Amino acid sequence: MANPSSATNRIEVDGHQFDLGNRSLAALLAWLVPGAGHYYQGRKSKAAMFFIAILTTYFVGFAIGGGHVVYASWVPNDKRWNYICQLGVGVAALPALVQTNRLRGFTDERTGQTRASYEPLWGGFMAPPRRPVFEDNPDDVAAWYARLGAGYEMGTWYTMIAGLLNILVIYDAYSGPLSTPISGRRRDEEEEASEEADEEPAAADDSSAANTAPQAAAAKAGKPVGQPAS
Amino acid sequence: MLSISPTYLLYYLPLLVAISIVYGGTRHEDMGAILRQALHTAYWVTGFMGIIFLILMVIGWWV
Repeated sequence: MANPSSATNRIEVDGHQFDLGNRSLAALLAWLVPGAGHYYQGRKSKAAMFFIAILTTYFVGFAIGGGHVVYASWVPNDKRWNYICQLGVGVAALPALVQTNRLRGFTDERTGQTRASYEPLWGGFMAPPRRPVFEDNPDDVAAWYARLGAGYEMGTWYTMIAGLLNILVIYDAYSGPLSTPISGRRRDEEEEASEEADEEPAAADDSSAANTAPQAAAAKAGKPVGQPAS
Repeated sequence: MLSISPTYLLYYLPLLVAISIVYGGTRHEDMGAILRQALHTAYWVTGFMGIIFLILMVIGWWV
């Protein structure tokens, strides 16, 4: 069995050295609770940053959606595909599965209708709407839309985006930061090149001034600066 | 010009902050570099959406 803290898991980024530890465990923790994987790896500042950014987005969305935007459902007229994205935040979205399982037990398989005796757990927290759901019908979903308006849509988006953002965080816990975008790297190189060109001897006489432009151009092209063209 | 209340645009700000910070955080390890990347991302996203907004506005005005 591989040593989870082997040297191959030790990386350096931006001058910071850290051990990714057991990467699979870190990824699992990162999924369960945003930032937990980073905390396990000792990257505590980033852990706190991810925890706050993702869970704040998730719970703000949950609140403006009236607490009904996160639920699991895959029945005709109510295929809640959004939940796949919301599931990215881990534990915070899992109660929806418990609620769905409970609703299934109270739904008639033949008619697809929820029995009148059904009462969701925890006051309806993350509970799916009663069955069946039809468009233009005065069912639970219609009531949520009517009561919350744009808040229901925005809450759905917020919670989905929080889940999707956590996928980036899981990746970061598993294998470290993604590479810097090419555009950013290129600009840095250009800035360095222009700085090098500016540092060319300012005290040079006028005759050398004619060579400055070609040198700067050569520097931008990544060639050594200050050497005569051969 | 806008078919919704401008206050709806406020929903955009928390999302922009969260997305920028997480995006920056998954590309750097140093806090300064993360914040710089986040700022760059925020500018980029806002600029991109602004351009899309202008294009849609012109199309709306045209059609």
